[in-house]
Amino acid sequence: MPTDTPILSLAGITKRFGGTTANKAVDFDLAPGEIVGLLGENGAGKTTLMNVVFGLYRPDEGIIRIDGQPVGIATTADAIALGIGMVHQHSHAVARHTVLENLMTGLPGRKGLLDRRSALRRLTEIGDAYGLRLDPDRPVGELAVGERQRLDIIRALFRKARVLILDEPTSVLTPQESEGLFSALRALRNDKVGIVFISHKLNEVRAITDRIVVMRRGEVVADVPNDGKLTNVGLASLMCGHEPERVVRQPRQRGEARLSLRGLRLTDTRHGGAAKAPIDLDIHAGEIVGIAGVSGNGQVRLAETVAGVEAAAAGEIGLDGNIVRDPSPRRMQAHGLAYIPEDRIGAGLVGSMPVRENMVLSRYVEAPFSRRGWLDWQAILDFARRQIAAYDVRPTDPHLPVGLLSGGNQQKAIIARELAFSPRVLVIAQPTRGLDVSAIAFVHRALMNLRDEGCAIMLISDDLDEIFQLSDRIAVMYEGEIVRDTPVEEATVPTVGLAMTEGRMAGRNAA
Amino acid sequence: MRLVARPNRNSPLRDAMMPVAAVAASLLICAVLILLAGANPLTAFGIMAKAAFWGKFALTETLARAAPLILSGLAALVALRTRFWNIGGEGQIIVGAMAAAWVGALTSLPTPLLIPFMLIGAALAGAALAAVPASLKTRLGVDEVVSTLMLNFIVMYLMQALLSGPWKDPVTGWTNSPSILRAAEFPVFWKGTRLHLGVLVAFLAVGVVGVIMKRTTLGLSMKIVGENPRAARHAGLDVTRVTLAAALLSGALAGLAGAGEIGGIQFQVIASISSGYGYAGIVVAMLARLSAAGIIPAALFIAAITTGADEMSRQTGVPFFIADAMQGICLIAVLVAMTLSRYQIRFRTSPERRATP
Repeated sequence: MPTDTPILSLAGITKRFGGTTANKAVDFDLAPGEIVGLLGENGAGKTTLMNVVFGLYRPDEGIIRIDGQPVGIATTADAIALGIGMVHQHSHAVARHTVLENLMTGLPGRKGLLDRRSALRRLTEIGDAYGLRLDPDRPVGELAVGERQRLDIIRALFRKARVLILDEPTSVLTPQESEGLFSALRALRNDKVGIVFISHKLNEVRAITDRIVVMRRGEVVADVPNDGKLTNVGLASLMCGHEPERVVRQPRQRGEARLSLRGLRLTDTRHGGAAKAPIDLDIHAGEIVGIAGVSGNGQVRLAETVAGVEAAAAGEIGLDGNIVRDPSPRRMQAHGLAYIPEDRIGAGLVGSMPVRENMVLSRYVEAPFSRRGWLDWQAILDFARRQIAAYDVRPTDPHLPVGLLSGGNQQKAIIARELAFSPRVLVIAQPTRGLDVSAIAFVHRALMNLRDEGCAIMLISDDLDEIFQLSDRIAVMYEGEIVRDTPVEEATVPTVGLAMTEGRMAGRNAA
Repeated sequence: MRLVARPNRNSPLRDAMMPVAAVAASLLICAVLILLAGANPLTAFGIMAKAAFWGKFALTETLARAAPLILSGLAALVALRTRFWNIGGEGQIIVGAMAAAWVGALTSLPTPLLIPFMLIGAALAGAALAAVPASLKTRLGVDEVVSTLMLNFIVMYLMQALLSGPWKDPVTGWTNSPSILRAAEFPVFWKGTRLHLGVLVAFLAVGVVGVIMKRTTLGLSMKIVGENPRAARHAGLDVTRVTLAAALLSGALAGLAGAGEIGGIQFQVIASISSGYGYAGIVVAMLARLSAAGIIPAALFIAAITTGADEMSRQTGVPFFIADAMQGICLIAVLVAMTLSRYQIRFRTSPERRATP
């Protein structure tokens, strides 16, 4: 373990938002050439703490020291000037500018003069030193998610960052891309850069970090060297205060085909045309089919098409053996299909409206919630109360605007709504994105129970661990097609990862 | 000093106080304007209040003037709730008035049917006019702010063309439409006042719209489409149909306001038949914070400003246009108050400045 003066040292940082304390007298040190994993459930205060360091929030109490010197960080510009770089989950790069233009904006130095040649030289140096390479003349809009992230890291290095904060960097990456990121991080460590690695993925944190700091409810509850003796279960119980349960998939005989896609071609909004090859897929009763893929390969469009929100370019959707003519969300619902979109607050809920209304968002036109156009508020309220209790949505006040709930409770509310009428088919996208360990366990258990009751489930997720844990079959999407479809027993992380990145035909659907 | 988002967005008291604060702020600003015009603001406001509320005539006159504002406020409320930015209330009032004047002058119609047909005709005309920008929006994605606003001018000049052409009085040459039949004039509830049937219609409409918004699936659908159209689509709502329904309802309410002006006040179409009621309706709806019950006090306030400003300008010499200025300031004050109520003002400097060596 490095013993130098900490490059970054936080002492007694406290940050309050109104009545809640997001950080409670937090101490945190980072040595040069050290990778520290910052773990914690959602709302544990990890991101708040790092936002304090990056000048996005101002702490109510506490002192920040860089190289032992107390500093005031009032803005992100201060943070950057002090050598702190932060890479967010979603890139803020300007899409129309090229890689080089993005890198040159906001650089310190001669004002107004952009020195293209020295910028190019620096880009090459960084590429050689850390394996972080990008074509300088490509527009950022054309870059894949992983490449955009690489751009953000390069940008931080351009500004001579000595402290690099990565907020859930691998949540958008394929396994191969994550491996590339890790080797870059190791090279940076050798050059004495201090790295804070925020993540939910325990395997990765154990693989890459030197030390692990666990936060719970705004406080640091553990600060331990990563000596190879830590286990996922141990870390998870530190994070949530008790041992998390892991859903176990019991082998089960699958039933009849519930959802059948025949020659389905997705429309592609980006290029205006349809996907190249049609999709043929059956999902049976009592079966979870995981749809894996790098985000942006048509998974969202597949979910929306099956749910009737978007029209297909060609092909048919069958439910219980009957082809649904002219699919619309209401028609699919009437056939027993429930849909939980990935964008909870944008597409699944109306944030400004109370939980009560949101609990019946897709059903209030039907009895018992309304009769001949007249709402029965008592029936709606009773139903909302019942579902809130059954799915442990907190806070329990049905009159609270749903937008004030945490992400986990919003997801519980949507699940409570969509599962209330025992759907025959469920389409669910990114069910646990952004949720913490206990909420994830809750959602996984709900999905597994539904499967065991005989529902046919299409599970779309960027999280390969989740896909492997829950699915009976794994299908891989690449550029709007399904390029691989195998039982989970025949799938491995490398083969699925390869199909995700290269679209290689393998397995049963090989054409 | 900086603005910080309030952690708790839900406070009934703050919600109720907001329009009051906005009105107070706009009165304060108007006081400055009155001062600049060379009068004592307190005296001026006193004259206004007295002229608007003191005595049978003043009170009933304010009520009569509030009627079109209530209906046009409801029209704006229904549209804004659904996020259909209907700025076309003015045009919808005018076509409603023209339809009512036309039906009211029909000698071929049985007498008892005259008034009901005037109301229905006006509502249909307003709805039909609103259907144009609504279908342009839902079919072609044409921005309704522009199309509804532009339609106002088209309708206004169409009306003026009619008034100086086919409807022109052949004898006097006045640019007024022919008067409606005696039997088509709206009954008055209080002799010697102008409390006509249209006022009752306006108050009934408040109840009807309130019930629609609170108790029917249509009202809930409109609110969901207005708050989050994407979630509405995902939940299986027919966003196009809901938007169309809201636009039709909005246009019909505005059209009814026109019928009231014809049947109860003017008895013929004159060039200034609406004089900005359509735009004032947006102020009323915002002041009412888009609640049906709030429409009545909001409309009364705006009506009182207009009736009161008349008298005030006669007595103090402050131009009558102060009424328009007050309306405008009121709208801005409400919009500012709505934004500010989501924030709190912090005067404290940040603590880490002190941590700086």
